[in-house]
Amino acid sequence: MSITWTRRRAALSRFWRDYRRQRAGLYGAAILIAAVILALLTPLVTDPAGMDVTRATGAKMAAPSLEFPLGTDESGRSVLLMTLWGSRVSLLIGFMSALLSMTIGTVVGIAAGHFRGWTSAVLLRITDWFLVLPSLVLALVLAAILGGGTSTIILAIGVTSWASTARLIRAQTLSVEARPYIERSRALGAGHWHVMTRHVLPNVAPLVLANTTLQVASAIVAESTLAFLGADSGKVSWGGMLRGSYDWGAATSGAWWYVLAPGLCIVAVVMAFTLCGRALEAVLNPRLRGVSR
Amino acid sequence: MTVIPDTPPAAEPAAGPAAGPGGERGTGRTVARYALAKIGGAALSIGMVVVATFFLFRLIPGDPAIAYTRDVPLSPEQLDLLRRQMGLDKPLLQQFLDFVWRTLRLDLGTSYEYKRPVTELIAERTGPTLVLVGTGLVIAVSLGLWQGTRAAWRHGSRFDRFSTGLSLVLWSVPTFWLGLLLLMVFAAGVGPIPGIFPTRGMEDIDAPGGPMYLLHVAHHLVLPCLTLVAVVYAQYLLVMRSSLLDEIGQDYVTTARAKGLRDDQVRRRHAVPNALLPTVTLVFIHIGFVVGGAVSVETVYSWPGLGLLFYEAIQGPDFAVMQGTFMVVCTAVIVMNTLADVAYHVLDPRVRSA
Repeated sequence: MSITWTRRRAALSRFWRDYRRQRAGLYGAAILIAAVILALLTPLVTDPAGMDVTRATGAKMAAPSLEFPLGTDESGRSVLLMTLWGSRVSLLIGFMSALLSMTIGTVVGIAAGHFRGWTSAVLLRITDWFLVLPSLVLALVLAAILGGGTSTIILAIGVTSWASTARLIRAQTLSVEARPYIERSRALGAGHWHVMTRHVLPNVAPLVLANTTLQVASAIVAESTLAFLGADSGKVSWGGMLRGSYDWGAATSGAWWYVLAPGLCIVAVVMAFTLCGRALEAVLNPRLRGVSR
Repeated sequence: MTVIPDTPPAAEPAAGPAAGPGGERGTGRTVARYALAKIGGAALSIGMVVVATFFLFRLIPGDPAIAYTRDVPLSPEQLDLLRRQMGLDKPLLQQFLDFVWRTLRLDLGTSYEYKRPVTELIAERTGPTLVLVGTGLVIAVSLGLWQGTRAAWRHGSRFDRFSTGLSLVLWSVPTFWLGLLLLMVFAAGVGPIPGIFPTRGMEDIDAPGGPMYLLHVAHHLVLPCLTLVAVVYAQYLLVMRSSLLDEIGQDYVTTARAKGLRDDQVRRRHAVPNALLPTVTLVFIHIGFVVGGAVSVETVYSWPGLGLLFYEAIQGPDFAVMQGTFMVVCTAVIVMNTLADVAYHVLDPRVRSA
């Protein structure tokens, strides 16, 4: 037991040493930590009453001022306040749907790589199908049919975006299963479950981690697009704010603060996740080193 | 943390039946067999779309007959009659078979909103989408390939770092937000900059006739097209860059150099043609994808294409139109993907002999 832990700690410190060398990845991680802290602190430092349309105090569509640093929206709410509260919804949906998508992708990927014959064939067929279908269109249909709500949006994004992960994990599973120690473990009587969870899963886990980070980035973009196109969760998110700005013609009437604030937040957070994901990939997958720099 | 091994992931068989010692002889036949297998797969996928659509759209809460008639109050007898006409009283299997039969005859139902056949609406809206997506793709592909080639040929240079950074940013920007920004700056005008482009639609009511009409539409096309290009071209840049970087490391490029060919000859005659292959696939995939992916661009600029039709159907909600556009877009994507696979197979002998 102690040997495992020493090894794990050594691997972790090696990982950190390698990661530190990825400068872009460090910037990404810093932005992410800041965004998550802000989102977590929001309920402690701000009053949710300001989000209530009926109790908004500002003028409609007012330009940034000392009282409202990012201006106000069409019903007089502070855009800064909305952006802060919106970050919670956007990040939550981003994380949860990426988690869902990674879970489905990993399970399907490992199963399709481990089993032979028709199980694998059927799983691959389904994966290919989901890979080909335009995920945004499918997610919109799902969200529209199941009705609004945070869990519906998470479901719609998660269910439509796991296919590429499954492909990746399957390829990795095949290469892991070709190793001699798997054969030895089988000869010693290991069953499917043992091989999949004890040998394959730990070996694909780093890849899953790197991929999840990238997946959160696309999930946040997907959430904002869904919200903008009218399939929102009923709560204020960054995409929902942009939807509001579009409905009120903020872009054409010069209310730039209403368009810029949530959009820049999306871009910053998505880029941060992307940078982290690429850095993780470079650290965990040495084959990529030197190629994508 | 275990280290991922250096060995490449187990080679994926490129094709089911066609994989095997094809060799030089009988190549035509292998390609034909490969194409047939792919077409079979595509047919199965389209079949899955039809089945999925039927069951997905049955999950909608509420009575389709009431949804269809909207706010018009009907007596129970009238509703019963309508249900019978819509086939809602039949058993599920019968309804499913009816649905498949109607779909096969390209009868996609009647719009709740327009009370017109969905097929007709889709046909009307396909033209504008093709204009937008076609123009956008041509620009995006040429720009992306050119910049990707330059970036890879001088990798590590300032131009390369700028290109890669730019494509990363463009990848992170939601399409619709970029559209809103362009709308704000170039259509509404910011500060001293006057708005120079129209904010919405493909044409104004007072559109001129004749050749001037094309110019009129082109004027409306600029901003939506620009938005689409910005998003799509980054991918071509990255794909071209990485695939050319792969080629630069190959022996034949060194050989070409050793022969004493000039640098741009090595690039144009040897490296670039081989590096172009992955982008060919991307073009086909994009033609399919963008039809659906243009939803947000078309929405921001009210461009009267398929994407906007789909968006309006969601707002309605007009489930008949949603269902029809969904099936059409999915079918387009599947067909284009199949074409991409077959084209790749024809163009790249390496895949064939794998």
